[in-house]
Amino acid sequence: MTKRQKKNLIRCIAAGTVLVAVYLVAHFLDLPWWAELTLFLVPYAIAGYDVVVSAVRNIFHGQILDEKFLMTIASLGAFAVGENAEAAIVMLFYQVGELFQSIAVGKSRKSIRDLMDIRPETATVVFDGQEKTVDPDEVNVGDRIIVRPGERIPLDGVVLSGGATISTAALTGESLPVYKKEGDAVVSGCIDLDGVVVIEVTADAESSTVTKVLELVENASEKKARSENFITKFAKVYTPAVVASALLLAVIPPLFLGINSGSVWAEWIERALTFLVVSCPCALVISVPLSFFGGIGCASKRGVLLKGASDLETLSKIRTFVFDKTGTLTEGTFHVTAVHPHKMSEEELLDVAALAESYSSHPIAESIVLAHGGHLDKKRVGNVTERAGYGVEAVVDGEKVYVGNSKFMKEVGAECHECDDCGPCHHHAGTVVHLAHENKCLGHITVSDIIKKETPTVISELKTLGITKTVMLTGDHEEAAKEIAAESGVDEYVAELLPAQKVEATEKLFSPNKKLAFVGDGINDAPVLMRADVGIAMGGIGSDAAIEAADVVLMDDDLSKLPLSIRISRRTMRIVRENIVFAIGVKLAVLILAAFGLASMWLAVFADVGVCVLAVLNAMRALRLPKKFLPKKA
Amino acid sequence: MKKVFRMEDLDCANCARKMEDGVKKLDGVKDAKVNFIMQKFTLEADDDKFDAVLQEAVKFCKKIEPDCRIIVK
Repeated sequence: MTKRQKKNLIRCIAAGTVLVAVYLVAHFLDLPWWAELTLFLVPYAIAGYDVVVSAVRNIFHGQILDEKFLMTIASLGAFAVGENAEAAIVMLFYQVGELFQSIAVGKSRKSIRDLMDIRPETATVVFDGQEKTVDPDEVNVGDRIIVRPGERIPLDGVVLSGGATISTAALTGESLPVYKKEGDAVVSGCIDLDGVVVIEVTADAESSTVTKVLELVENASEKKARSENFITKFAKVYTPAVVASALLLAVIPPLFLGINSGSVWAEWIERALTFLVVSCPCALVISVPLSFFGGIGCASKRGVLLKGASDLETLSKIRTFVFDKTGTLTEGTFHVTAVHPHKMSEEELLDVAALAESYSSHPIAESIVLAHGGHLDKKRVGNVTERAGYGVEAVVDGEKVYVGNSKFMKEVGAECHECDDCGPCHHHAGTVVHLAHENKCLGHITVSDIIKKETPTVISELKTLGITKTVMLTGDHEEAAKEIAAESGVDEYVAELLPAQKVEATEKLFSPNKKLAFVGDGINDAPVLMRADVGIAMGGIGSDAAIEAADVVLMDDDLSKLPLSIRISRRTMRIVRENIVFAIGVKLAVLILAAFGLASMWLAVFADVGVCVLAVLNAMRALRLPKKFLPKKA
Repeated sequence: MKKVFRMEDLDCANCARKMEDGVKKLDGVKDAKVNFIMQKFTLEADDDKFDAVLQEAVKFCKKIEPDCRIIVK
């Protein structure tokens, strides 16, 4: 509790005690009306002097429809019609409610702050062998910082020396830590679990990942959702409307029911005063953005960054998912999927190919070396020449070999047939690498991009979530597309698209009532990301372009974050709706009861602040992720 | 110029909304935001007039919610 909250708590207790005493005195002694009024004014003043003071001040500031002003009018009005006890109780209830509300808001602010407490306060700079602890803001690009076990990496950089297991959980939600050694890039906000590393800073505090992520999350509430705008508009008309009906209620019925009867006037004025108590829209105004913020916070903890409340809202309504192929549904890296030797064993062929390619940094070469897996004795390799666009020419074990595409084989005069001719290879659409010794063909290796292992599960999970259409777009050729589409289980695919044509293909899929999401890696699909109702970019860490263009950023490459984000968004929207219905419902109910004289002012105070506290507590549920949303561990 | 200020004791969400709407209408204010959850006040105004505009904005917010303070460093 803050100082102010403690002070208010003491005041509420004091006012409550005095009120009980006064109530008993007034009950057992037959006091004249002025003495009773004076007695009840004591607890009233203890509980609400500041409310009355600000109400008066607000009149001079032209703030007539302010909550405090309305409470003051309502309670003073109750005194005027002789309901002394009720007036004091209403003020006390109001203050207790305000206190609860303040505590609830403080608690939720704290949970949000804790959630976002991933930016280290200090960095340890190493300069001339001396260590100095400074504010991360003061560290420049090129400076060296040291990070010890248990500490958070304060700024983005590259490991200069040392190595450590790094947990990226705070940014990506991925619980499996990764080992980073010399030369590896590290991202701020991650935790060093076990080793001491010296890092050369590559981005200052302002442009480091952790700052950008936090900025995104903090500002997300400013991009308002439709339901939020609705509430804001509602709040603007709600208070004046209720106050106006209160006025009508105080004046019109008595005109017909008994213009000369004091008790009739008192009765209807009391009902009108009850209206005033219910007229504050606070519960709505507070709980809707708070729910959105909770949902956004919850998602960010799992490595899903939502750029705005409006994106969360749209995400919950997505019915069509469009995917980019390479790097989204597939790994985006090459793997050897088939080895077809002519006269030697598969191992021997792969051995020769890997040796010949061992000096190349081409992704295909790297995939062959990776598939070989074993130790490559580079002494066996001599005289390597790389031929860009063709392949590699190398001497392996004293024999000249050519490794490359069919154009290359044609050039060196080796007769290598295309992959289509050989049966077992046919279903592996991909890039074919031929091997030739002088002009004799040794065989070929098929290298292809493989599907991510979670892709089929994610696609079927999306379908169970009510996604009616899944489409894959790719620039790749028909056969590769067909194969990946079949393996992943998407409903449709469109192949051989140029980047610009992806926008057209996406536009064709738009339909008025079904929101469409596009999922890509953000590298060359920025236009589509922007065109889709929701653009989702994967692998957000370190990719500014993706963060810029997308509405939703998945911090890592894990596709299973998609169903998770849908679930989080839908749950948040449900909480938002609950709050709207609950708050408006209770208020309307109390208004109706009050109009018929069935609601006491106490109930009205409950409808005002009580609903507010409950709505805030409900909103906080959005921050927590239910266990059932977590992927089941196999 | 755009600056962000911390706020203290911002307890009423409706007041935050009123502050944001009101400050936006003040002379010289390009944009203003009151982030109720983070308790942050963002003001955007021309560099040369910034301090004067900021004072006006703080005064205005004080009118709406006297208990709430904008921490001007």
